[in-house]
Amino acid sequence: MPSERPSQLLRNLSAKLASVPMILTAVVVFLGGTIWTIVHSFTNSKLLPRLNFVGLDQYERLWSNDRWLVSIENLAIYGVLSLIFSLAIGFLLATLLDQKIRFEDTFRTIFLYPFALSFIVTGLVWQWLLNPDFGVQSVIRRLGFEGFVFDPLYDADIVIYGVLIAGLWQGTGLVMCLMLAGLRGIDEDIWKAARIDGIPTWKTYLFVVIPMMRPVFITTLVIIAAGIVKLYDLVVAQTGGGPGIASEVPAKYVYDMMFLAQNLGQGFAASTMMLLSVAVILIPWAYLEFGGRRRV
Amino acid sequence: MSSPSAIAGAVLADAAIESRADAGPRGARPRRAFSRRNVFLYGTLILVAVYYLLPLYVMVVTSLKGMPEIRLGNIFAPPVEITFEPWVKAWATACTGLNCDGLSRGFWNSVRITVPSVILSIAIASVNGYALANWRFRGSETFFAILIFGAFIPYQVMLYPIVILLREIGLYGTLWGLVIVHTIFGMPILTLLFRNYFTSVPEEIFRAARVDGAGFWAIYFKIMLPMALPIFVVAIILQVTGIWNDFLFGVVYTKPDTYPMTVQLNNIVNSTQGVKEYNINMAATILTGLAPLAIYFVSGKLFVRGIAAGAVKG
Amino acid sequence: MRIGSLTAALAGSAALWAGAAFATGLEVTHWWTSGGEAAAVAEFAEAFDATGNEWVDAAIAGSGSTARPIMISRITGGDPMAATQFNHGRQAEELVEAGLMRDLTELAAAEGWADVVAAPALLESCTLDGRIYCVPVNIHSWQWMWLSNKAFEEAGVAVPASWEELVAAAPKLREAGKIPLAVGGEPWQQSGVFNVLMNALGGKELTLKVYDDKDAEVAAGPEVAKIFEALVQAREMSQGGNVKSWNEATNLVITDQAGAQIMGDWAQGEFQVAGEVAGVDYTCLPGLGDNAIISADGDAFYFPLLDDEEKAKAQETLASVMFNAETQVAFNLKKGSLPIRKDVDLDAANDCMKKGLAILAAGNTIKSTDSMITPDTTTQTNELFTQFFADPDMTAADAQARFAEIIASAD
Repeated sequence: MPSERPSQLLRNLSAKLASVPMILTAVVVFLGGTIWTIVHSFTNSKLLPRLNFVGLDQYERLWSNDRWLVSIENLAIYGVLSLIFSLAIGFLLATLLDQKIRFEDTFRTIFLYPFALSFIVTGLVWQWLLNPDFGVQSVIRRLGFEGFVFDPLYDADIVIYGVLIAGLWQGTGLVMCLMLAGLRGIDEDIWKAARIDGIPTWKTYLFVVIPMMRPVFITTLVIIAAGIVKLYDLVVAQTGGGPGIASEVPAKYVYDMMFLAQNLGQGFAASTMMLLSVAVILIPWAYLEFGGRRRV
Repeated sequence: MSSPSAIAGAVLADAAIESRADAGPRGARPRRAFSRRNVFLYGTLILVAVYYLLPLYVMVVTSLKGMPEIRLGNIFAPPVEITFEPWVKAWATACTGLNCDGLSRGFWNSVRITVPSVILSIAIASVNGYALANWRFRGSETFFAILIFGAFIPYQVMLYPIVILLREIGLYGTLWGLVIVHTIFGMPILTLLFRNYFTSVPEEIFRAARVDGAGFWAIYFKIMLPMALPIFVVAIILQVTGIWNDFLFGVVYTKPDTYPMTVQLNNIVNSTQGVKEYNINMAATILTGLAPLAIYFVSGKLFVRGIAAGAVKG
Repeated sequence: MRIGSLTAALAGSAALWAGAAFATGLEVTHWWTSGGEAAAVAEFAEAFDATGNEWVDAAIAGSGSTARPIMISRITGGDPMAATQFNHGRQAEELVEAGLMRDLTELAAAEGWADVVAAPALLESCTLDGRIYCVPVNIHSWQWMWLSNKAFEEAGVAVPASWEELVAAAPKLREAGKIPLAVGGEPWQQSGVFNVLMNALGGKELTLKVYDDKDAEVAAGPEVAKIFEALVQAREMSQGGNVKSWNEATNLVITDQAGAQIMGDWAQGEFQVAGEVAGVDYTCLPGLGDNAIISADGDAFYFPLLDDEEKAKAQETLASVMFNAETQVAFNLKKGSLPIRKDVDLDAANDCMKKGLAILAAGNTIKSTDSMITPDTTTQTNELFTQFFADPDMTAADAQARFAEIIASAD
């Protein structure tokens, strides 16, 4: 920043004042809330939060629970695939829409509309579409392919992919919009320069545009990742965690423990584990992203 | 518009016709209508569009069927006998307990909740993002990192601490309490969105303004805001959808008189006992989704303006 | 015309919103949102309004995970509703312990609730340390088997009169292309099947030893092992039914695609809606036909403590109205459940309901599982049984070992 320097505190006073809501939210709500959660995860709180400490009991129970282990495995599969496909499909759709095509508005709205529908409804509709008795499978069988089998929601081995299909349908539109906003932020001159130099379009995208869109990619990554970690309603509406416990996810474990089982302590322990794993990924990244390289 | 099955079909047909209408020369330079590029481009877009529209088609078709037909028939079949009953019922007569005035009851409540929440959350987050991108101060990055961390905390985990917090500052059960909750939970993602967008604005523009003597707010309003249209569109899409569809906070922080539309939608879709009326579920869902959808359509214009802004810049 | 009615509705709602009066009545939260349920609630509301008070309805669909955080937040946030529904049992225990609920003991004593209540268990589940904190409003029982007469006819076997007969008839049903036993894919339904098997085949004493005394040795013992063997049979018989919700499973029985379903008395509503007649189209067997026993389970209302004197008075009035004999009859006929008083007549009840009433009168009742174990333990058993039903490789012995562990750690 410019080198006028009254006192340390008064420097950028407007910026600091403007950031007060953010600082309060970060410190009081998120940091405070996290600490509150962690503290209560060492208690045996049931329906109401209480400070009755029981050491690591909740964690022992958590890690000896089948359902929690299945949940983590599912989240890993869903998370990795959802990240890859959301980014790939979203970026591809955005570049297609950015070709100065006609009816951009129409197409964009078509890709985006699922985002307007709640996860509960998304789950419901896809539960129908994937139902073997009257969904896609039955239609294809009626076309003459008698042996056709496609019932992901009733097969414990692949049910999580059934959830993934619905999740991508609902979420890729937003990714596309973010990417489009990023593409629209790219200077027209860059394209002109690339054309003059005779660089093929795909190369321009890969080596010029995508690196320039790094901030947008990071934003998108965080949005998708936050959505993945919180994955809950979709599973509830589409499979209810079944068949058996085959499509359970961590957030559902947390909610069910807190509000169905009335075991807040166990729910807090599970969410502490979730937050811990987020922190393990996020802190090194945040350090590289914000800590190392300074603008100005 | 007589036959609603035709409407659903028309959407698909429309897309097809429009693609053919594209025959005329367009784009940067004149091209043959059915150039391989165009066939590939529109072919892909239409194929993807069909995938995205299929569930909507099922929803619309289902919402126009009677219950007996739904129980027997296949979900893709167009309705044999079209009925608008489910739509009327969903909007005007579906019951939430004893209150039988359908979704209409909550519509204005939702508007009353959504408008201030969207405005306040975006206003605060855009200023945050701007300050973080251009006016860093000691510790600002740390606060920001905590904020991002907050994006990953499941809402329900924070429910009780927030209840305690609001109770202590005396805003529990008020509209402002609800607006604050939405602002808090929207802040991480929105701040990140704006921060990263403003970061990609060329530094020179900012420096030039500083040299001209412009301060924090002057630069924000005169230079940054006009350049950030596309990202405002994304922010509005995110917030309108999120807040409009929010059920948990809406129902915890309001009274029956001021319940948002989603409470009714939940009651229609989630009724655990008795027969599920899928046609009404679907109609109610589409009706509830109309408000965000309308915003999506309108915001399209802003996206196009975004290109214009870019052009001016260059 | 349709557009007209839409506009009218719009205008109406706008007016309602603009003139939203400050409600002086009592706000009541509950999760009864389906048609019959709402009609039943209306009986309460009407009776309460007739006392010069006002019932302000706040329905939220989806019990458990949806409604509970809302109720608890409101109560702990210091802005409670005036009355709220909970299932009987241990769900509200802690709120009572924290002193957040109104004590109804004096009202109950003055009106002599204990003398007229249909089964002592009903009031017991409302009682903590000798004080009464809730009003039971209905009885729903789990211990029923519903059978499709036509499905058995088509398979060429007599309609079973017991669990053993159903098991024997299963192969014939399979040959006829029918699912012998329809079980929905949700955890609560699957553990429900187990609990009913335990009630019916194991009997009252065994159930109490396992769930009330939490005797892990009994839970690991030979008597419970028999129940698990029956559960293996149930799992085999349920293969091939791709249904999730309970009413879809009931629908399989109604449409004669499945032979039987083990489900609570609320399933009866489905048969009625489909126009089926008890005894002709379907058969109901309380206690699976083996052991005529039902649980006195049901819904209850709690009344959070309020500062406002007038509202506090109105709360007592509401509690009294809910327990009133007349309201009980009106409410339960609409709800399809049994009244909680023994001094009322239910002439309008159908055959199955009457069977239930007779068992109730004979005193063959058992505490519901919900009132014996905590929601936490319930969730654990749900997890176990849903895994058991989804995984044919899980043996009865494995499942029983895990079950015993859960009972051992229960409180």
